[in-house]
Amino acid sequence: MSLTAFLTDTTLCIGCKACEVACKEWNEVPDDGMIWSGLSYDNTKALGSSTWRHVMFLEQPVAAGPQLADTQDPFRWLFLSDVCKHCANAGCLEACPTGSIVRTEFGSVFVQPDICNGCGYCIVTCPFGVVDRRPDDGRVFKCTFCYDRQRAGLVPACAKACPTESIRFGDLDALRDRAQSRVEELRHRGFQDANIYDPTNSSVGGVHAFFVILGQPEAYNFPPAPEVPTVYLRGAWTSALISAAILFAAVCAAFAFSPLR
Amino acid sequence: MAQPGNMDSTRHPKATEERLDEIRREAGASAEPALGAGATSHTERAAKTDAAASYYNLPVLKEPTWTWEVSLYFFLGGVAGVSSSIALAAQLFHGDPALIRIALWMALAGAAICPVLLISDLGRPSRFLNMLRVFKIQSAMSVGAWTLVAFSGCAFLAVLANELLLRGFSSPIFVAMRWTGEISAAATGLILASYTGVLVGATAIPVWSENHTLLPTHFLTSGLGSAAGILELFGFFTPATQILGLLSAGIETFIGGSIEIRNRAVDAPLRHGKSGWFMRLAGTLEGPVALILRVAWGSSPAGRYAAAVCFIVGALASRFAWIWAGRVSARDPHTLFHLQTGKSN
Repeated sequence: MSLTAFLTDTTLCIGCKACEVACKEWNEVPDDGMIWSGLSYDNTKALGSSTWRHVMFLEQPVAAGPQLADTQDPFRWLFLSDVCKHCANAGCLEACPTGSIVRTEFGSVFVQPDICNGCGYCIVTCPFGVVDRRPDDGRVFKCTFCYDRQRAGLVPACAKACPTESIRFGDLDALRDRAQSRVEELRHRGFQDANIYDPTNSSVGGVHAFFVILGQPEAYNFPPAPEVPTVYLRGAWTSALISAAILFAAVCAAFAFSPLR
Repeated sequence: MAQPGNMDSTRHPKATEERLDEIRREAGASAEPALGAGATSHTERAAKTDAAASYYNLPVLKEPTWTWEVSLYFFLGGVAGVSSSIALAAQLFHGDPALIRIALWMALAGAAICPVLLISDLGRPSRFLNMLRVFKIQSAMSVGAWTLVAFSGCAFLAVLANELLLRGFSSPIFVAMRWTGEISAAATGLILASYTGVLVGATAIPVWSENHTLLPTHFLTSGLGSAAGILELFGFFTPATQILGLLSAGIETFIGGSIEIRNRAVDAPLRHGKSGWFMRLAGTLEGPVALILRVAWGSSPAGRYAAAVCFIVGALASRFAWIWAGRVSARDPHTLFHLQTGKSN
């Protein structure tokens, strides 16, 4: 069984939000509010327990490569559909104390809703701020990578609904190659700031939902150098155990070298 | 046609392949190319946007969902965990049997209350036993859940054996039980009192992860001073509790001072804003105030009471302050980006 992945390409996205609609409908994700944010056409603002695909709208005073907008000032309007990154080394998975969060045979990270007891530790260990607790439910939810559809041999709902194939679904290695070719092609065509967001050089070890973006990852609220928080365990436990040893020695000394009351 | 807003059906009528194709057709038909759409009207707002700063200053991370039960648990777990070490040390060095008894009961009381607090904070409290489905050493919360269970058993054994011995049921078996209970409760108790610092430090929240070596030490020291302080509130004005109180307040003063002096941007929630002032208040109470009270007024019970109360209040407040600071830190995308790109602030 090969590992599957998402390649989401900002240069193909038209901001139609079909992915958001398809995901919500297929997965029966509840309504999480009709809020007019005033942030371009983005009214979902971020991924959350009831938003598993989030389309971003970036308005930038930057010329869009060789293409010129019909305006005197340089301007480009970028769209990108954000999703759970399904990290190779996932902070949420490592942190989950109930074993609810597991790695599927497709390489995705999956929260088993019948086991999750809502402890909330995964929420603070996700370096991308993806997973969250659903307030009226108590459990955490996130993109399932359409595990049910993949097991039936289908493509995820968002990929199916995307009219421009900005969201591509397929074999992990093939999509990584495709992303590489796409970025080379874009740069060849004059989009000098085209790059791939896939933090393979970090402790996260790469993600299974990666992106072709224009410009800096920060503009999309992608952390430029994410770390899986298990990297802090060694230092923290060392500190804990050394401090504990010293504390115990101090407590013993306090009783050993002082007379009784 | 399916009716919009019809959420009552058990199987949503829209979850079909045909519907996904329909969405795709609708999207492809009505969407317009991005370039040239509304460019002129948005240029002013766009000009104000720094192209690389962040996505509309929205948070990158999610805030912790933990509420007051978790903060209180951090405090009580620290007290209970260190109490068992105090009991063992007192036992080893022929301390006051009354003090040993109270310290053991403090450990057991904490072991009884802590699970209740944790369970009530869960999103699905009825599923609390799922914490014991697996043991994952890479999850500080898993280690903590199992440590709490083990500690409870050990503390119970120690208290039971101690009470039997105190009531005259002298038997080498009970003595062995008490030693076993005390030693194992001390060992598991030290983990209980420090793992919470590991748990908070090994996260993606910048103010927590950037203090991941400090937090376990800080939580342990807080627990030590609180346990010693509570013993003093029970009337045990021994030299030992004074020494431990001085040590704890001194270390907390040092820790608080070092956070102030380092002046790191990531520590802003600990020093600025409402969360910062609350943290400073807590740190001052369990640091310099408790220290000065012990040094200047420690010879009288009133001074020891005052120092103990100040430390305990400060330690308890400090737990709430660290969670609050975590929420503030999670909301700030710029500090996160600066940290990760190595830019100075």
